Amino acid sequence: MKSKLNLDPKVIDSARSCAARIAESMQTFIDRHTTVSTERTILRLLGVDGVDDVETPLPNVVVDAIKDGGGLQKGVAYWMGNTMIQTGLDPQAIAEKMAAGELDIMKLPMATKEEAEAKILPLVKEALERINQQTAAREKYLSTIGEGRQPYLYVIVATGNIYEDVVQAQAAARQGADIIAVIRTTAQSLLDYVPYGPTTEGFGGTYATQENFRIMRKALDEVGEEVGRYIRLCNYSSGLCMPEIAAMGAIERLDVMLNDALYGILFRDINMQRTLVDQYFSRIIIGYCGIIFNSGEDNYLTTDDAYEAAHTVLASQFINEQFAVLANIKEEQMGLGHAFEMDPDIENGFLYELAQAIMAREIFPKAPLKYMPPTKYMTGNIFKGHIQDALFNLIAVWSGQSLQLLGMLTEAIHTPHLQDRMLSIENAKYIFSNARDLGEEVEFKQDGTMQKRAQFVLGEAEKLLHEIEKEGLFSTIEKGKFGGVKRPKDGGKGLAGVCVKDETYFNPFIPLMLGGAK
Amino acid sequence: MSSHTTHAATATTAVDLTKVKPYGDTMNDGMMQLSFTLPVPYGEEANEAAKQLAKKMGLDEPNVVYSKDMVGFTYFVLYGKCQHTVDYTTIKVTKVEVDVMDRLECEKYIEENIKRPVVIVGACSGTDAHTVGIDAIMNMKGFHGHFGLERYHGIDAINMGSQVPNETLIAKAIEVNADAILVSQIVTQKDVHIANLTNLVELMEAEGIRDKVILVCGGPRISHELAQELGYDAGFGSHSYAEDVASFVLTEIVKRKLV
Repeated sequence: MKSKLNLDPKVIDSARSCAARIAESMQTFIDRHTTVSTERTILRLLGVDGVDDVETPLPNVVVDAIKDGGGLQKGVAYWMGNTMIQTGLDPQAIAEKMAAGELDIMKLPMATKEEAEAKILPLVKEALERINQQTAAREKYLSTIGEGRQPYLYVIVATGNIYEDVVQAQAAARQGADIIAVIRTTAQSLLDYVPYGPTTEGFGGTYATQENFRIMRKALDEVGEEVGRYIRLCNYSSGLCMPEIAAMGAIERLDVMLNDALYGILFRDINMQRTLVDQYFSRIIIGYCGIIFNSGEDNYLTTDDAYEAAHTVLASQFINEQFAVLANIKEEQMGLGHAFEMDPDIENGFLYELAQAIMAREIFPKAPLKYMPPTKYMTGNIFKGHIQDALFNLIAVWSGQSLQLLGMLTEAIHTPHLQDRMLSIENAKYIFSNARDLGEEVEFKQDGTMQKRAQFVLGEAEKLLHEIEKEGLFSTIEKGKFGGVKRPKDGGKGLAGVCVKDETYFNPFIPLMLGGAK
Repeated sequence: MSSHTTHAATATTAVDLTKVKPYGDTMNDGMMQLSFTLPVPYGEEANEAAKQLAKKMGLDEPNVVYSKDMVGFTYFVLYGKCQHTVDYTTIKVTKVEVDVMDRLECEKYIEENIKRPVVIVGACSGTDAHTVGIDAIMNMKGFHGHFGLERYHGIDAINMGSQVPNETLIAKAIEVNADAILVSQIVTQKDVHIANLTNLVELMEAEGIRDKVILVCGGPRISHELAQELGYDAGFGSHSYAEDVASFVLTEIVKRKLV
């Protein structure tokens, strides 16, 4: 397809191959390390669930015991396999006995790595089979009841109470929503464990727990059958438990997950080594089970200026794309993020936003791009806000965005009320229908404002990627090149949970999930 | 739908400030627009319920101009004539009393009156992860053309970012000998901000530094009155910029002889 923005394919290729080299150089670091959350994820996939008598999740009980016993570098899969050989128990029973203080798995005789691996392999295959069934269930829904048309209408629920979330989510689906994101309670990203069971108390959102995932999945399947449209469920594979939540999402059939290689580092002050290792396994899981990931580039524009920092969004999209390639994620699952966040007072701001959105579409043609609504310049003037959202919707349909996180006229006031969601869905449906084929009809003036802007942003992104390659990603982040946020390599939260693997380490899920791709 | 009742014209155009009511297109017509949802099925009964509710709220001649079926819920746009009035002449609002100086004036004020760098520590403390407010006040770029405190010559602005525990914030303030602490709170669901803001004051009192530091909070749901009730020196709501906060902090330093 000819570029409407007259983008130079050579510049795009140069930027992309530069991002690939950046991701690969990180991969060497990632491959040498594991984390407590990566290891807990293996346990969750093996079916370890529940909490001890002080509410500590069993995956934490087991991994903490191995870490305290100095055995984390061998990996939890070895210790579980070995304990199964020595005791004849399954992983759940082992975890329960450990929680009860009846079993010290660090003091058992030690089988070889090969023996442990062989012992655990059937359970790994069973786990993958359970995930495969969920992926098949999604496929079946899509081929029977079908789905909404793109841009998918993506709305959030955030009551703090999963049962109230269900009411709001089902109402939103009836009004036309295609994707429901259950916003997480504030601060969950900094918990180094995943809470357990259904929850009814959260601030600005609801805890991501496996039971909450299950409750919402069931509710959305029900309403999906009622409205004759598969309703996708979204949650956050981010924070200190990034891969664990990806595993929960795979098991409970989530469809979309927020997952960004850099977001936690920049915006939650999570240690960069921890996040980069965690994102790798989380993305392998996401890739394997057909979840669409959403990267968080939109956030740069809430801390930095959307006009001036536009190229950092594109550079980060290239990097997120290449990290995803390394985790064997298909382009059709790469929900690269961007946002409509320019100051509404900028003259021709609409043109710059449109140029950015079309540029992203042209550079990542098959990616289900996630487009985020205005938030930073929403004022509480709900009437103007509704118009800002309308302009945002117009760009989305014009430029062919895929996942449209609907703006709410009450942004900056409160988490959405029932009617706010209805009004924003109505706004989007009206504009998407009324301007459906606008993009097909319109081309842009040679060397006009739009073309020049997109070419400039692409050129700046390419330059930045070359700088990052020269400097190294860690050091680039230390200098504050993304979102204007500086983070030290050894700073932030969760570094204590990073561990260098020894030569006997194995994670049995990675080779099978990659399916020989690596 | 609309009511055609006509009243004897009360041809007044001057407002009576002791009896103020909403203005639509005629003085004292009392016109108000509302939109809301009732958890009842769509239909004539739903519209009637909305009208009865409006009457109980003191709105005469309530008129449902639009209603929409939301499956088990009904959304309304309603107009009515407000019967209540307020006496504007007796209203008193607590405001931050300070003559706002622009950035250059603030810098000059520091040079002339404080004669040393002013240290300001800020954070979104507690569980709040939304830094848009603190960033707007503190970061170099500021917001909407108003530079942030980092830009101010003579101010050392330390933005600790989001989800900073109150203990950490206080420890930092003590470490750098801060003149002022700024706390931003965006998330207010279930009054989480009140508990957190109160906790910060208590911790500062326990540390014995409350009197030595100017304590300011801000956020879209924060008013100066609320801030003072909670034991803060000032509170800044929406549409406050770095210069508003700086002007307050600087004059307060001088006023309280913390120079």
